[in-house]
Amino acid sequence: MTRTDPTDVPRPDARLHFGVFFQGVNHWTIWSDPSSGSQIAPASFLRLARTAERGLFDAFFLGDGLRLRESEGGIHELDVAGRPDSITQLSALAAATERIGLVSTSNTTFNEPGDLARRLAGLDLLSGGRAGWNVVTTHNAWTGENFRRGGFLDHADRYRRAEEFLAVARAVWNGWAEGAVAGSVDARSWSVPDAVGRVRAKGTQFDVDLAPTLPRSAQGHPVIFQAGDSGEGRDFAARHADVVFSAHGTDFDDALAFAEDIRGRLRAAGRPEDALRILPGTEIVIGATEKEAEEKARWVRLEQVTPAVALGIASRLWGFDLSGRDADGPLPAEEPVVARDTGTFGTRWVDDPRAVVAEWRAKAGANGWSLRETVIELGPQRGHVGTPAGLAEKFARFVRHGAVDGFNVSPYLVPDGLDDIVELLVPELQERGVYRSAYSGTTLREHLGLAPVV
Amino acid sequence: MPRTALRLAVEIDGDGAHPAAWRRAAHSPGELLTPRRSARVAAVAENAGFTLVTLEDSILPPGSGADPVGRIGAVERAAFVAASTSVLGVAPVLATTYAEPFHVSSQLASLDHVSAGRAGWVVGVEEDPAAARAWGRPPVEGADALAREARDGLRVVRDLWDSWEDDAVIRSVATSRYLDRSRLHSIDFTGETYSVKGPSIVPRPPQGRPVVLARHGTVPAELTDVALVGGTTATEAGDAAAAARSDGGPPLAFAEIEVALDTPGGTARERIADLERYAPWTARPDRLRYTGPASGLVSLLAELSGRVDGVRLRPLVLDEDLAVLSRLVLPELFLRRIAARPLPGATLRASLGLTRPLSRFTTDITAAPVREETR
Ligand SMILES: Cc1cc2nc3c(=O)[nH]c(=O)nc-3n(C[C@H](O)[C@H](O)[C@H](O)COP(=O)(O)O)c2cc1C
Repeated sequence: MTRTDPTDVPRPDARLHFGVFFQGVNHWTIWSDPSSGSQIAPASFLRLARTAERGLFDAFFLGDGLRLRESEGGIHELDVAGRPDSITQLSALAAATERIGLVSTSNTTFNEPGDLARRLAGLDLLSGGRAGWNVVTTHNAWTGENFRRGGFLDHADRYRRAEEFLAVARAVWNGWAEGAVAGSVDARSWSVPDAVGRVRAKGTQFDVDLAPTLPRSAQGHPVIFQAGDSGEGRDFAARHADVVFSAHGTDFDDALAFAEDIRGRLRAAGRPEDALRILPGTEIVIGATEKEAEEKARWVRLEQVTPAVALGIASRLWGFDLSGRDADGPLPAEEPVVARDTGTFGTRWVDDPRAVVAEWRAKAGANGWSLRETVIELGPQRGHVGTPAGLAEKFARFVRHGAVDGFNVSPYLVPDGLDDIVELLVPELQERGVYRSAYSGTTLREHLGLAPVV
Repeated sequence: MPRTALRLAVEIDGDGAHPAAWRRAAHSPGELLTPRRSARVAAVAENAGFTLVTLEDSILPPGSGADPVGRIGAVERAAFVAASTSVLGVAPVLATTYAEPFHVSSQLASLDHVSAGRAGWVVGVEEDPAAARAWGRPPVEGADALAREARDGLRVVRDLWDSWEDDAVIRSVATSRYLDRSRLHSIDFTGETYSVKGPSIVPRPPQGRPVVLARHGTVPAELTDVALVGGTTATEAGDAAAAARSDGGPPLAFAEIEVALDTPGGTARERIADLERYAPWTARPDRLRYTGPASGLVSLLAELSGRVDGVRLRPLVLDEDLAVLSRLVLPELFLRRIAARPLPGATLRASLGLTRPLSRFTTDITAAPVREETR
């Protein structure tokens, strides 16, 4: 295997950053395996977080979803569902870990800025400056049915609310001057006069007036992540985020195109290109040989895409219930129904079902695939498969060419799914000089190499 | 009649019950807002043998003027403390006056998961109009409206805890189903001011429902587990407890007691006088207050045992009074079986002698109450 010549690449000194994404509520987590543990017990979270920390990961990352997904007229039953409130869970992990960043995905539509900023600041203090916030913007009325405000927000307003929300949060985090608390018990007052500010914000979305209750943390304030792929979402990231959590990390050209797009938007926003890290979500399957890795990946796909899951995915694509069909038979003969997105699954997957079905038919016909095989081959995203050395080469190329700054890894098994990455892949990356050999800082901002907050 | 042993709770917010307590704290003022401090106080309370710590909270600063104005959110502190202790119950104050009940439910259910069944909830009410401005929400004004929001919030939170039956996670490899949707329930709450659909996003907590504590009279008694009662004497507290528990009220009633103890560094009176130089320690007309030597507190608690089920202590200065409580008061209470320690490995409910409730949506009542997902 040839090594990348460090002199031909744009970023020879680039380092890869890893986060662990636990958990997406989707069919990628194999719950059926005998080694698969509880998705909610503290031990599972602790084991993954500590493994990631042993592997010098930047961050432990929790997703969010404020309503259980539904399919075929009821709660979706096939995939892992149910998860803790992320800031609560991460506050517990703050006590049980030392260095790893703790990132909460929290929605700007169904939270209020004074409250959420305070909760995140508390996590940041309790973890010694390791908190991050992945800003997401679900607006739909379906999710709103769980909240007293209901589905009050138009789609067009969700990023506007996110911007105003973030501005209020930053004001809360910056509300106390350095040294705002008295140095001694003999001082006239617990806080230094005029060092504790007040936040008054009135915009299209908020009218708040509050006294922040917390000082800045060791990293200033939580690191801002953004996950959202529309042009508006990318612009929001370019203007405000420290990290983009993207879905463009499997194919090199696609990842590079996304990164170039983000860099263009950063320039347009007047920020330096190195102000932001791009960490796509991915899955990693490792084998001792290429053949073993492919076999393992095949096993992983079959466990993830059971016949029922294949029919569920096909039902979403076709727009009607296919659950009685034979997943190991041919693709349904019917044309897809182009249904309006009801939001009940929490994700929109394809824009044009007719085109996708046509492509599926053509490829299934040419390869003799069953419906299930077609879903496995062509369905939603896959990750990287290979040997530790092969993957290390590939990732070094991705990062040295500026296609990514790292990956947010979704383990397909909980809680052991990071073990081989940490034990086998990380050393190969370290050997190539593309991964840290020790944490040099203590805060998430330092791990990510971000500029200090001013 | 044999008296059941008291259960002991202690409020650990800030530096103590006195607004100027920070001046006698064993740490510099800024240290209050550090993880080390939160962990240390909880460790002392756990080692002393308390069953439960409570953590006061609000979106508003805890004090004003010369008093501390900083505070880390109670849920975050409780989760952090839970991960660094093993038998101590942890009960944050959370008010549903402005907070979303859906989030409150998730936070408390998650606290129960991260603590392996040691979560409680002190139901709060945000009465100060400044809280509405800090939340950016229309103010809830008047006693009736405040009571309605507290009551509705409590209903929603409890129903969401019940919305996953214990065995909703089935992991049926044969049918490819992780969940059994028939054991998940929309709560379909519709109140006067809002509605909530459900189910929760968090699986049923290990305790079924975290332990609900509330000041007597603030929320419907039948929805709570522990009433916090006043009374300025042991007799009055006993009467208040009996009143709270009667007529379908909660199974337990705890008396609130402010305590200032003699320490090697000064008598309780001297310590109070020292702090009175900065701010008064106003006595609440409806609350017990004990000042004096440790032995007197033991006698008071002996008098209370059999009349109330437990007490919540509010020490004058945590760093000073907790030390005396651990060295002189709790050991004596345990020795004389006036009070009981929590059992290692037990849930908070079990330590309080409460049963684990079945979900109110339980479809198959013959099924044994299965515990949380075990794998
Ligand atoms: C990689 C990735 C991860 C995401 N994770 C979450 C999540 O955990 N919770 C959530 O509510 N939304 C999540 N989102 C959704 C986005 O926040 C956003 O609502 C969605 O992508 C639609 O926004 P857009 O139109 O800008 O793409 C994620 C999006 C991406 C790309």
